[in-house]
Amino acid sequence: MAFTSIDQARDRYDVIVVGSGLGGLTCANRLARAGHSVLLLEHHIQLGGLATWFKRKGHIFDVSLHGFPYGMVKTCKKYWNKAIRDSIVQLNNIVFDNPQFSLTTTFSRDDFTRILQEKFGIARTVVEEFFSTVGRMNFFDDQTMTTRELFEKFFPGRTDVHRLLMEPITYANGSTLDEPAITYGIVFSNFMNKGVFTFQGGTDKLIGMMADELRKNGVTICTGARVDRIIVENGRVCGVQVGNRIIAAPSVVSNSGITNTVDNLAGREVFSPGFLEGFDSVKVNNSSCQVYFGLRPGESFPEVGDLLFTSTAEEFSSDEMLDMETKSRTFSVYYPKTRPQHPDYTVVASMNANYDDWAGLENDAYKAAKEAMIERCFMDLDRYIPGIREKVDWVEAATPRTFNRYTLHTRGTSFGTKFEGLDISRSIFKEVPGLFHVGSVGIIMSGWLGAINYGVIVANDVDGFLRC
Amino acid sequence: MTRDEIRDVILEIIEDIDEDADFDSLDADQPLRDQLDLDSMDFLDIVMELRKRYKLQIPEEEYPELSTLNSCVNYLEPKLKDS
Repeated sequence: MAFTSIDQARDRYDVIVVGSGLGGLTCANRLARAGHSVLLLEHHIQLGGLATWFKRKGHIFDVSLHGFPYGMVKTCKKYWNKAIRDSIVQLNNIVFDNPQFSLTTTFSRDDFTRILQEKFGIARTVVEEFFSTVGRMNFFDDQTMTTRELFEKFFPGRTDVHRLLMEPITYANGSTLDEPAITYGIVFSNFMNKGVFTFQGGTDKLIGMMADELRKNGVTICTGARVDRIIVENGRVCGVQVGNRIIAAPSVVSNSGITNTVDNLAGREVFSPGFLEGFDSVKVNNSSCQVYFGLRPGESFPEVGDLLFTSTAEEFSSDEMLDMETKSRTFSVYYPKTRPQHPDYTVVASMNANYDDWAGLENDAYKAAKEAMIERCFMDLDRYIPGIREKVDWVEAATPRTFNRYTLHTRGTSFGTKFEGLDISRSIFKEVPGLFHVGSVGIIMSGWLGAINYGVIVANDVDGFLRC
Repeated sequence: MTRDEIRDVILEIIEDIDEDADFDSLDADQPLRDQLDLDSMDFLDIVMELRKRYKLQIPEEEYPELSTLNSCVNYLEPKLKDS
């Protein structure tokens, strides 16, 4: 992908988008299509934010492709193009394996209804009532009920059912049983609609197609362009500074984390004490660790499932899942079908993680901790793909420090902020005219679908502002 | 614009959003959302398109005015009378 150098960017745009995660990309595309001049700035050499990939020894590793809800089909058609929509395919084999149960599912409402009755002995009426309750949830509903209370109401004492319902969502957005039940209900219902889907061709193909669409719509894209600050004068946004260049714009959309946006890019001094009080209560979500396995050319393994939620912990616990030595991990398994243009077998193990556990380690301790994590992943993966150790020609680990380095997110968060971040993100442009934020906030705006849809929502705000 | 013209504009915008939308059995007094399988994102698209075409700013708290075809026409008629 060849992008414009920052030196060649114009002096003025209608809107500057800072960061090219899926939310930033979509916001940029939507505003360009609405007729505004748009500059997209990305600090990394590659677009996509956490929707990213990297190449090693002939392998292409997908960092966050794991699987998204069916809603992406409509969303990609409406806000991107039909070719992107047409590459979305279903993942049929979602596997759970833990001391409480082992099963394979399409992760859809029909299949979960069957499983909850047949395998867990829950009455059909209870299952139906549960689904209709979570399906009706809106983000503006009452937030006092927690997910734990929701589960206890429908499935009292059934830690096995709680695990089935919660574990995938904890991996998907870092949420716990103590979060507002609405955040659970909205995300879970999105998945339960029709199951789990993926982008055939891989993350690199998707982001490449998005970059083509952005160029077609006239967006100027600069990579390797790290914004030093968003310039606010007399209480209004007037542009950005990138190195020694100042580029003017009446509106700036920050797709940097909300904490970065306020603390570092705009600077706390441009906000009122009341806004900062709310902002300071925003908690960033946890980070992640990943281990990437690439198979030697010519090696293969049979279908073992597309997404494996595995754990040897006795019961579900979001604290256990954050532990450095967690016994819980997902394996995203990529077969030659994932990237028909570049057939390969890769496996990505993902774990939730705390930034603080990893941030302070000295070099040797950090290396040793990574090695130990790789070893635990090998042990677990070997149960599903026997002899995996001998089949791979590449393995490496990423930690919260890696996530921090590539995304610049505060504490390497891989799922943005907890629920309270949504309100701050939604109200920032009322505080500083022309300053908008798009990014993973409030749990529900997280994940590929949440990020893209949030990009559309914010584009509507920006369009309204620019046409005012 | 006349009421009929406003009605046609709304249907045209919805058709751009969802080319498979079936208007034949549409009841103009029932929620569009239920009949055409529209979600909250689709309503946002309608708002943005109206703003683009007619410089019309519809505040978020007035989005519910767009729930049925007739309520759309009623709401937009005074706003678009000079368009």
